[in-house]
Order: sequence, then C-alpha cells, then structure tokens
Amino acid sequence: MRPQPGHGWHRKDLLGIEGLTREEIELILDTAESFREVADRPVKKVPTLRGKTVINLFFEASTRTRSSFEIAEKRLSADSLNFSSSGSALTKGESLVDTALNLQAMAPDLVVIRHGHPGAPHLLAKRLKAGVINAGDGAHEHPTQALLDALTIRRHKQRIEGLKITIFGDIEHSRVVRSNIHLLTALGADVTVGGPRTLMPPFVERLGVGVAYDLEEAIADADVVMILRIQLERQGRMLFPSREEYFELFGLTAERLERAKEDVIILHPGPMNRGVEIASEVADGPYSVILEQVANGVAVRMAVLYLLSGIHDGPDGEEGA
Amino acid sequence: MSGPATLPGTLLVRGGRVVDPSQDLDARRDVLIENGVVTQIEESLEELAREAGAGDGGGLEVLDATGKVVTPGLIDLRTHLREPGYEWKETLVTGTRAAAAGGFTAVAALPDTQPACDHRSVVEHVLKESARLGYAQVWPLGAVSKGLRGEELAEMGEMVAAGAIAFTDAETPIRHPELMRRALLYSQHFDVPVIQHPEDSELSGDGVMHEGEESTRLGLPGMPAASEEIVVARDLILHRETGGRYHVARVSTVGALRRLREARQDSHRAGTVTCDVTPHHLLLTDREVREQEFSTATKVRPPLRSEEHRQALLEALADGTVDALTSDHAPHHPDEKDVELSVAPFGIVGLETLVSLALDRLVRAGVISLSRFVELLSTGPARVLGVPGGSLAPGSPGDLTLLDLERAVTVDPKRFRSKGRSTPFAGWKLTGAPAGTVIAGRPVRFDA
Repeated sequence: MRPQPGHGWHRKDLLGIEGLTREEIELILDTAESFREVADRPVKKVPTLRGKTVINLFFEASTRTRSSFEIAEKRLSADSLNFSSSGSALTKGESLVDTALNLQAMAPDLVVIRHGHPGAPHLLAKRLKAGVINAGDGAHEHPTQALLDALTIRRHKQRIEGLKITIFGDIEHSRVVRSNIHLLTALGADVTVGGPRTLMPPFVERLGVGVAYDLEEAIADADVVMILRIQLERQGRMLFPSREEYFELFGLTAERLERAKEDVIILHPGPMNRGVEIASEVADGPYSVILEQVANGVAVRMAVLYLLSGIHDGPDGEEGA
Repeated sequence: MSGPATLPGTLLVRGGRVVDPSQDLDARRDVLIENGVVTQIEESLEELAREAGAGDGGGLEVLDATGKVVTPGLIDLRTHLREPGYEWKETLVTGTRAAAAGGFTAVAALPDTQPACDHRSVVEHVLKESARLGYAQVWPLGAVSKGLRGEELAEMGEMVAAGAIAFTDAETPIRHPELMRRALLYSQHFDVPVIQHPEDSELSGDGVMHEGEESTRLGLPGMPAASEEIVVARDLILHRETGGRYHVARVSTVGALRRLREARQDSHRAGTVTCDVTPHHLLLTDREVREQEFSTATKVRPPLRSEEHRQALLEALADGTVDALTSDHAPHHPDEKDVELSVAPFGIVGLETLVSLALDRLVRAGVISLSRFVELLSTGPARVLGVPGGSLAPGSPGDLTLLDLERAVTVDPKRFRSKGRSTPFAGWKLTGAPAGTVIAGRPVRFDA
C-alpha cells in the first residue's frame, strides 16, 4: 500500500536530510519499498507522473545518479529533459538565478539539481515554483543517496535503530556522509565515522557521531560498513601521500573485515577505486550489497519524485486506487 | 591637510546632550562653531541664540539639538568606496551619501580601486571629488605595495604629501615578512600607521566561512582561526624590533586578541599597536550561514566566527583592547551577490546600519556605555589614523554627529543610499539612529 502524499509529506523541495523528521524519512522509505516491484514487471512503467515535466539539471558530471533519476522518471511516465554542463547555457556563463528564471518560464513540475557548490539547490528552490530535488550539492548533502543506503540497510537488517554503522574514508569532502549522518542518527543508529585525520572535518562529533582514525577500530562489531570513494587530489592539494599508502593503512580488506560482525554488510556509494579504499575480494564478496544499492536507488528516486509531485493517484495512476 | 569644500560655517548647536570622551563630558551643552572650528562649549549660549533670533547674530545659524545626543563627528576608518574603477559597485557620491545618512562625518577609503590608490593621482582624485561633494570627509588610505601586489613598497612619501593618512593593501594581506618589516620602518618617516588584513592565504585557501562545526555541517571549505593569529603574531614580532604604528583591521579571533593584548601591555609600544572590529563579527556567528540558508550576505572576510570568538570580541570591546568600530563597508552590485555562496565576492555594506546596530545591540544591551561608543567611533579612529577630529574641545574641527537614542528603525536595504544591498541585518528592528551630521559648521544635506 503506497502512502498518499498529503498524508505526511508537505514539503515543496527535498534539499537535504537535515531537518527532516523520522516520520518523513520513513514515509519516503516505505513509499520506495512499494515502488521496488515495478522493476520486476514485464512492462516497467506506471502512469503516475503522466503529464508532469521533470528537468534534470546537472552542473557536475554524474553517470549513476543521473541515470538513476532518468530511469525513475521514465518508469513513472514523466516527461523529462536533461540539461548538463556540456552543450547548454550552463557553460555559457549564465548565472544560476537566470537559469532558474528561464526554467520557471517553462513551467516544470520538478527540477532535479546536481551542483558543485553547497547551497545551489537552495538558491534555485527560492526562485522556483517547481519542487527542487537536491541530487548532490558540493560536500553538503546528497539526500537520495542516504535514502537508498537506508533502504538497503533496512531490507537486510529489518531495522536501522540500534545498528552499529561505520562510515569510513574522506569524511571532509563527502556529501554522502553528511546526509547519512543526519538520516541514520534520526533513525536511532549508532554511527561512527572514520578516516585519515587529514580528511576529518573539525567538530564532526557534534553531528552526533563517534570518530575513529583507525579502520580496524572503526569497524569493530559493526553491523554495517560504508566505504567512501577516495580522491587523491582536490583543488591541486594532495590530501594524503599516495594511493598505495592509503590502501596499506586504510583499505578495507577481507582480513580487516573480520573485526566486524559476522553478518556485516558492505556499502559503497560508487564509483569504487578497487585496490585503494576497498579490495576487490570485499567489493565482490558475500557481504557486499553494492549493486543492491543501485537497484534501490531507482525505487527511492521514484518515491521522492512521486511524493514531491503532489499526485494523489494510486500506484497505477487511477484516481483513488 | 585639506578639509571639505563646503565653506566653513558658523553654527550654534543648542540644547543637546553632548557626549565627548575626549573631555570626559556627558552633559547638556551648547556648542558654538565659528568659521568651521569649535570655539565655545558651554552650559548655555542662549544669549548668542537670542541675538541670532533678533537678526543681529552676524549670520549665526542655530541648530536645535534638544532631545538629541551630540558627539564629535563619527569616523569610519575602513570603507571600500570603489571609485575609481568599480563604479557599478559604489561611487564617491553614493558612498559618502551613505556615510552621511549613517551618521559619519568622515570615512577612510581603502586603496583597492582600479587603478589602485598607490600613487598621488588617485589620492588627489578621491580628496578633490569628495570635497566637492561635501557629504563626508574622505581620508585616502594608500597602498603599501605597488599595485597591491605585495612586492615593492609604493611611494608613501608622494601619497602622504598628496593627503594619504595611512597605508594598507586593503583585503590583500601583506604576506612577505620582509615587506611588512620595510613598511613598518619606512612609514615612520611620515608617522603613519600600517594597516594589516590579518590572514594567511595559504591556510584559509578557498575557504568561504569560518572553519568549525558549521562549515563541517554545510560542507563548505573553512578558514581556520589560526590563519588570523599567525599573521598577527608574526607582525607583532617584527614590530617589536621595527617600531612604527601597526593596526590590525577587524580582529575576529580569540588568538589574535590575546596577541594584541600582550603587545599592548608592553610599555615601550604604548599606543602603537591598535585594532578595530565590526558589528557583524560582534553580533553574528557562523550559524548565520545555515540559518540564512547559504545567503551571500553572510560571506565576509574575515568570516563570521563561532560563539567563543564572538564572546571574546565583546569582552575586548568593553575592556578597551579594541580602539575602533568599523563597518568595513564593502559594497558589491546586487547581481554579483545573487549567486552561489562559493562564488560570491566577500563583503557586505554597513555604513547605514552600524550606528543603529551599535546603539541598540551594544549600548542599549549594556555591553558598552554611550561614552565608549563615541570613543570607538570618533576619538579612537581619529587617534588611530592621526587625523583631526574625535573631540569637541575648543579648537577642534566643527564636525559633529547628532543621535536620536529613541528612534525605532527597521533595516531596509531598499532604502540604502549605498549601491550595495547585501546585509545580514535586513529586517532587524533597532532603537537608536543617527539624526544628522555637521561638517565644519555646516549641516549636511545628503538627500537633496
């Protein structure tokens, strides 16, 4: 039974997880659960968003998030349109505010935005009547990623509350980690973040998480381990000495994973650097749920599009079904 | 030094409560200004007023200040007026009208114009044009280095001769210790201060806000507090050996304040180490970036700091460690600020909000006395810059500011005279406001 918008969802936009209530988060997850089965149908399409226009505005290169949103939109029968940073006004020096005004003139129902600067979706949301979905703003938030992570965890563990969840890697530059911290702590998980000291932002513990600088210590007794993608260089600054040394000190290997719980699951938001933050034997091993995350991503994005569109139809688009 | 072009006037300011810390005065007084200079300050100069009323006062104009506070003219020692070169952001016309509306009789103009104020012709232009306008005296600040590039010393002597009163590279820190050392030494030939923007650019990197819990939350690159303290500490080590006058612009951290206090306690350096702060660093913290949802009106240099730093600034303001309050008025065109936070320029306007913010949130709130307010906005900046003013004692310039302590105002950027509109204080309701200025005995009319 799909929850009805208007019964718990009152926001125009989804700009971040911070500030969402537990009920709102659970509403999205429950809605996503009901959309999962669409992928198993012979005809993978429902008419829910028929006649609705969704614009995907990607100012940063993205393959998986953009494809995931696109598939979600198509499966909901929305008319969708992509603007990406190559081959459009976005590279011609137009300001974001002007882009917003132009979009507004086209009267879309929803706008999905990925942008390199924190707060860009907020700037857009203030100018648009359309609902805005943040698909990643700099190192700030990536709410649908955290939601798909939570859906994946919940499907395996039947709960979030009380789980010991470790997120390890470049905490400072990760939008995934910020959204996950807000979401998982709101749902009562015991979250630890870990990584090299040079990649740990100041006062991160004030966000309600534990901090560990050693991988084995961080994953001890963990129910869930999420490994983040590592980038050696950012804005010309080397963040650690080398990839090899990173793997040596902080890479997740099968041997190190023995410190975690027996039924641990491994998540990674992708794309992976095999042999840097994670060994292939772990990425492809029995504990990995990385590809399930991708599948759940489509369902979560369908749920978010559905809830924000304010459609009050049933699962297959019939009024009141 | 040249004064405003407005012809010196003869004016009797009657019935006001005169607050002048330079004379330890807070009482009802009449002030007589003759030919642009204060000549008498007495409990009552009623006779003169009567004569004026009878038409035989010899051209004496009378200004009724009953119910108002009268202070020596307020001085903002750090403003970006943007002319020449960036007239779309601000001009001498709009900037000095904003100053007059904000209660200032004089402002010091930063040299980061185009061309930079690193030679006499820009100094002369700023002086001449602002004098012609007559809204406020403008004191030009010259560049320490040619083109603000931080390499060679600019021609300080030439600029002092033309009317520059202090030296700074504006928002660019004087980065090389050797250049700072030379600047502190050379500036002593003219007895002028060297003003530092205390920031280690390598440490602050591409930061857009204070590095702390809030930057972590928002995923924005941070500027650590250490970036400020390091530069202040280094400069003070140099200054111990060179002497000269060293001024730190808008201190924002606990660490820098600690270094400054220590240096100021050294009797050999009395009066040669000075600093200023802004109302936004005193009244706001980095939380504002989140609460105002990434508003570019929260993007300033140095960044809004955390509560710990803010409390230390309030303490330093009250205990005398701080010499002056400044708006650090930094106007930009609204289009330049209407962008993503990370790409917006640093800076907000402040000339038209400073006095009301300080009267309401500092004086009324009991952080400082009204006398300390005048010290921070008139006596202090005059002393730091070494310019006339800051007093209403006989012989002082006939520059004064009137304040209405009871007037309620709401900060409304649409009504600013400045071209800049960006302020984090929009909508604030404040009690206390400027009620007019007088320059050289002439009441200033800025909305004519």
